[in-house]
Amino acid sequence: MEKEKVVEVRRLYAAFDDTVVLSDVSFSAYQGEVTVILGGSGSGKTTLLKHLLALYPVERGYVSVLGQDLARLREVEQVTLYLQMGVFYQSGALLNSLTVAENIALPLAQHSDLPKELIDEIVHMKLGLVNLSHAFHLYPSQLSGGMMKRAALARAIVMDPPLLFCDEPGAGLDPVLLESLDNLILNLKNKLGMSIIMVTHEVSSILRVADRIVFLDKGVVVLEGPLTKALHSEVPAVKEFFSVMKNENVRELLK
Amino acid sequence: MRRKRKSFPQDICCGSEVVARLDRDILKMKGKLTVNEAAVFTNVFFKCFRHPSVKKLRIDLSRLENIDSAGVMALFYVQKKLKEKGVAVAMEGASESVQDKIRLFFPETDILQDPPIKPFFLEDLGNQMTHFFHSYVVGFLLLASNLFYWGFTDVFRPWARRRGEVVNQAVLIGVNAVLIVVFLSFVIGYVIALHSSSQLRTFGANIFVVDLVVFSIMSQMGPLITAILVAGRSGSAIAAEIATMKVTAELDAIKTMGLNPMRFVVVPKLYACMFTMPFLIVFANVAGITGGGLAAQVYLDITPEIFINRMQDIMMAKDLYTALVKSQAYAAIIVLTGSFYGLRVERGAEGVGRMTTVAVVVSITLVILADSVLGVIFY
Repeated sequence: MEKEKVVEVRRLYAAFDDTVVLSDVSFSAYQGEVTVILGGSGSGKTTLLKHLLALYPVERGYVSVLGQDLARLREVEQVTLYLQMGVFYQSGALLNSLTVAENIALPLAQHSDLPKELIDEIVHMKLGLVNLSHAFHLYPSQLSGGMMKRAALARAIVMDPPLLFCDEPGAGLDPVLLESLDNLILNLKNKLGMSIIMVTHEVSSILRVADRIVFLDKGVVVLEGPLTKALHSEVPAVKEFFSVMKNENVRELLK
Repeated sequence: MRRKRKSFPQDICCGSEVVARLDRDILKMKGKLTVNEAAVFTNVFFKCFRHPSVKKLRIDLSRLENIDSAGVMALFYVQKKLKEKGVAVAMEGASESVQDKIRLFFPETDILQDPPIKPFFLEDLGNQMTHFFHSYVVGFLLLASNLFYWGFTDVFRPWARRRGEVVNQAVLIGVNAVLIVVFLSFVIGYVIALHSSSQLRTFGANIFVVDLVVFSIMSQMGPLITAILVAGRSGSAIAAEIATMKVTAELDAIKTMGLNPMRFVVVPKLYACMFTMPFLIVFANVAGITGGGLAAQVYLDITPEIFINRMQDIMMAKDLYTALVKSQAYAAIIVLTGSFYGLRVERGAEGVGRMTTVAVVVSITLVILADSVLGVIFY
């Protein structure tokens, strides 16, 4: 039985002034899978992600997230959709005027009637999941880069959204933290059935968590398919991307 | 007089060194072609090469010993320009090391693109006017309508606001500005009375210093000084805060958490500014009149009792209402301008600084314009 599509993009086109950033982009992401969007710098990954998050308007093409056509979304429907999505920004994007706990509690406080004590318990639990319990009362400016990212992940999953978007989650993390983050993402996928769309360059992460790959090159999808297809791909840009990573895991998987 | 034809071969020299020899359809490179020789080579080459019958130029690189990136780009430039004139170029005989460098630096695509055609002056002016109208006038009006819509509807929905944020902003915008507003108003009131006292004494009209101080402070100086100070102090802070939030993707994060950045970030500031501005203006008026009263006593021997008695005769309730109306207009202008420029930020930290500066200048200008318009209306 074919899995349900959580994200569907068809013939998406995006340009800033005269610069075409995305050209005829089409791909799908499926329920309960980790879909990794790959590509070199300037290939259009961030622009694509912003279209999926409805931060950029869809001017040409079709983008559907959790069955909702983003081009036809009214403001109320957009808010309902956002409540089913978690977004993990590359920079963390924590609100600097709030403590870590207040940041994580924000969606719950604003969108639920849960009592404050219970919200605090949930925040404690989520911080524990990302090994950041001690940062409850700290402000974002008091966190290191890695801690900031983990706090941002805790905030992204605080509502247990069925769909999680991650923009370069592993950038700037040491290998141990990166592995624990990958394990957490796998747990979210396996135990909660969360669907995850991830933009990353970390090959070790890709090999650990990816189910599907969408490879962008100069604003065009040059490959879409399972991880194994990407690893065996003869598409020059994809082949080059994986060949430069002299990773034992790659060789093992290729065997 | 017949024009003298060029004779071949011709040498292209850099200082005393020959870097190339042009012999009709063959260019023999020699020695080195580095950043020092590249400029001379390209300039002199096109002066020498004016032979219309040549359709193909061979560049012999066999005696070229050294080349750098500038040299490679000089060869690329020559090739490109000759191609435009319909002359094909073939390079040959390069040594292994020269070939390596050419392969490394020679662009795959035509990177030397022609500059974009500059539009005609009037067309350019028209484009800029259209851009200004859409970006600034329409954008400002749209933001204003959005802000006032949420500002009005959220009055009746306190649960939709961030808890405690209005009070927090009221402290930042209003309470923390009290000291500077009171101090400057006092000084200005004192100076107004001081400068007018010598003139009034000449005509024996000492008592009219009270009229002058009270009227100027209540109707003009008090509200205007307060608004300019708040625009400089809080308008810049609003623009910088919103711009930084945009640059660090905090506004995106707020939106993707299902919250409206306008209601979450800007509306509390609007409430806070509109709520505290009248109080600040009242403080400014009191301080300004006090300063004027002090100067009146020091320079014109008008005692506080006389000053207060006279003040009661000339002070009108209308002045107070006018000040209150002005305070609401100024508060809206300051928050709207700060958030408008904050939301328009581009290019990271540099953009934040630029937008903050523009926000302050524009909000002070708009405040003064609004003061003039309201002054005419309430005259």
